[in-house]
Amino acid sequence: MTRPQRLATLFVGLASSGAALAQVAVTGATVHTAAGEPLTNAVVVIEEGKISRVGSASEIEIPAGIRTINAAVVTPGLIDARSTIGLSGFLNQPHDQEQIESSSPIQPELRAIDAYNPREALVEWVRGYGVTTIHTGHAPRSLVSGQTAIFKTRGLTLEDALVKPMAMIAATFGDGARESGNKAPGTRAKMAAMLRAELIKAREYLDRQSDEDEGKRPDRDLSLEALGQVLNGDVPLLVTAQRAQDILTVLRIREEFDIPMVLDGVAESYEVLEQIRDAGVSVIVHPTMMRALGETENLSFETAGKLHAAGIPVALQGGYEPYVPKSRLVLFEAGVAAAHGLGFDDALRSVTINAARILGVDDRIGSIEIGKDGDLALFDGDPFEYSTHCVAVIIEGEIVSEEVR
Amino acid sequence: MLRRLLPSVLIAAAAGAQETPQAFLDAHVYPIAGPPIEGGTVVIQDGKIVAIGASDEVQIPANAVRHDISGSVILPGFVDTHSHAGSVEGGDASGPMHPDARALDSINVRDARIQKAQAGGITTANLMPGSGHLLSGQTVYIKLRDSKVIDDLLIRRADGSLAYGVKMANGTNPRKDPPFPGSRAKSAAIVREQFLKAIEYRGNVEQAGDDAEKLPPRDLGLETLVDILAGERVVHFHTHRHDDILTILRLANEFDFKVILHHVSDGWAVADQIANSPHVLGASIILIDSPGGKLEAKDNQLATGGILEQAGVVTGFHTDDPVTDSRLFNRMAALAVRAGMSRAGALYGLTMAGAKMLGLEDRIGSLEPGKDADLVVLSGDPLSVYTQVLQTWVDGAKVFDRSDPQDRLYAEGGFGASHDQGHILHGISQGEHQ
Repeated sequence: MTRPQRLATLFVGLASSGAALAQVAVTGATVHTAAGEPLTNAVVVIEEGKISRVGSASEIEIPAGIRTINAAVVTPGLIDARSTIGLSGFLNQPHDQEQIESSSPIQPELRAIDAYNPREALVEWVRGYGVTTIHTGHAPRSLVSGQTAIFKTRGLTLEDALVKPMAMIAATFGDGARESGNKAPGTRAKMAAMLRAELIKAREYLDRQSDEDEGKRPDRDLSLEALGQVLNGDVPLLVTAQRAQDILTVLRIREEFDIPMVLDGVAESYEVLEQIRDAGVSVIVHPTMMRALGETENLSFETAGKLHAAGIPVALQGGYEPYVPKSRLVLFEAGVAAAHGLGFDDALRSVTINAARILGVDDRIGSIEIGKDGDLALFDGDPFEYSTHCVAVIIEGEIVSEEVR
Repeated sequence: MLRRLLPSVLIAAAAGAQETPQAFLDAHVYPIAGPPIEGGTVVIQDGKIVAIGASDEVQIPANAVRHDISGSVILPGFVDTHSHAGSVEGGDASGPMHPDARALDSINVRDARIQKAQAGGITTANLMPGSGHLLSGQTVYIKLRDSKVIDDLLIRRADGSLAYGVKMANGTNPRKDPPFPGSRAKSAAIVREQFLKAIEYRGNVEQAGDDAEKLPPRDLGLETLVDILAGERVVHFHTHRHDDILTILRLANEFDFKVILHHVSDGWAVADQIANSPHVLGASIILIDSPGGKLEAKDNQLATGGILEQAGVVTGFHTDDPVTDSRLFNRMAALAVRAGMSRAGALYGLTMAGAKMLGLEDRIGSLEPGKDADLVVLSGDPLSVYTQVLQTWVDGAKVFDRSDPQDRLYAEGGFGASHDQGHILHGISQGEHQ
């Protein structure tokens, strides 16, 4: 077991031990399980934090003494597949902005878990709109900005919230990674050159680490160690690229180094659908309501729908915002995507089960199925309609919000 | 009296208005001036609405072009009280107040964001310079007509003068190094000083009477401030924090000017004070997905619309384009409803409230005979996420049609959707909208 893997095991162990032994039953006029057709007049029972029973209200027995909540519509707890919440605080003042460390363009050793603030106001905010899991971390703002992690939107400590301490390593290709003045990288070609050089260094580091002669093994280098996990295929490189040309460059590098990769942003992906599909990579598409400026000037409300129609796995995101609003709500993003080509069912999947698959946590979350975490979002109507409300949110059987939002 | 500077060559054209009557049949019509009409018909001609009512009651002229849009919804064109489309500019960094700077002189009329605003059903907009000054300049009210020249988009008032207001701001945005203010008290002090100068200027002009020798040298900036003091021009005041809002009410009371409050993030906290101020013509709010991102706007909330409505404030919305997307303007009203505003109040907020704030309520904001033929045709409930804007008409001319591929590109986005109009083939050159 590698050191990072041991670390991961330790954290997951802590997280599980902190889980409340909560139980609750939810009845829904419509229950969207994200694991098949919607159920009508259905019940979901959660015991010891896990979903224990799902089915028609006429068939499922609710255990005695268990609290029951009713809602018009029930969905799996929503997943924001790419956020910087917990690092980019809502006050937007220097003291609460942890999403970018600008001292160097390549810092894969920076861990989201060392920066995440579970008490940040935006964590509670997105939770009120049904988001129970966020994939968050360093921002798409430098060539390799750091690691991401996956958290439940609850808990007062990192351990209470943690699902996966090292989910991906965040990289950016395009204007976001461009440094100013005489600092590198200043151009796209230089970005590619630097990324290649670093991956080669990490490959050599891995090779030398496994040298039979212990004396020849290199001193530990946390940066190369982190990139080594990408080269080993254990951790995907999450690459933000907006322009079609950048997407192709990134796919080229992926092929050269045979590394797992998830694409982020992809404003112009509708121009290169075939190449993305053939590469077999998944996509976390930019927020639909992102501003059409600069390298995202050609973005479209229809991109998620087009990617899905092309057979490419798609998740949606709240994304990173440097200004107002400090975070977008993946619930609202899914609504716009649904209305612009993706359709209701696939929009819901893009913020539940499909997001869970892309993040590699679909064994635990993303759908309403027996044995999965008891994470639910309850609504008083179509979840995506502007004027309906999220009425309750449940994480691992614990009712974490009952405020009508 | 001081207003003798408007070039008479500026002609507000109703280019493209249909001389042939156009009848929109069997739609769900929201006149705003009255209750919704199920199965309603609207007839327009020569840029004006000529008839509206239940389909079986409206007489359709024999020569009318009939648009069978049953199942669709018609509303008055939306009014965006605060937009930066057209890359509008005002004053520069040389000082904190620029009442002489005119937005009109800075607008790129080919900016794709104007086309995108049409795709959002917006027919009238107040284009404003930014909020980085205590007074960044004169704004300009435009109709979103299709044209390559800004003059064709301008709105003239009954006396022939152009319709516009003046943009001011307080709070943190105008705080910078000198000559800008470094604090809130200094901000108010600078504004007071300038208004006092304007009062003195006005006095000197009045005293001079017909004696040209005694007239002070013309000062375009002070002339604008005099217009504000006379109630001729309203102030569009950018503000967020509750105490900044109250400072505006205090200044407005002191100098007796009329004001529209913009953003008003903490409006929920001082709703009664806003409602009770005789100087406030309305509040133009913006609702965003999450609070924060800007310290003084950290308490912005969706409930503000409903709270201001309950307090009796004329409450409208704005895009602050590009802060929010003009194509999703109806979303603003829907989010207000989500947090407690009435449906009727929210639809009023998209239309008539804005018309009132711009002083154009006699011409736009509702569907009534004699008013401008500014319409938006929607695929369904105006407050639904699933609803699309199908057509937008300004002064009787169709400026957006979702079935037109170029217009659809603006509506959905995609390659070229943000390029300046004219760099790509567009309906104007092809005469498609005529």
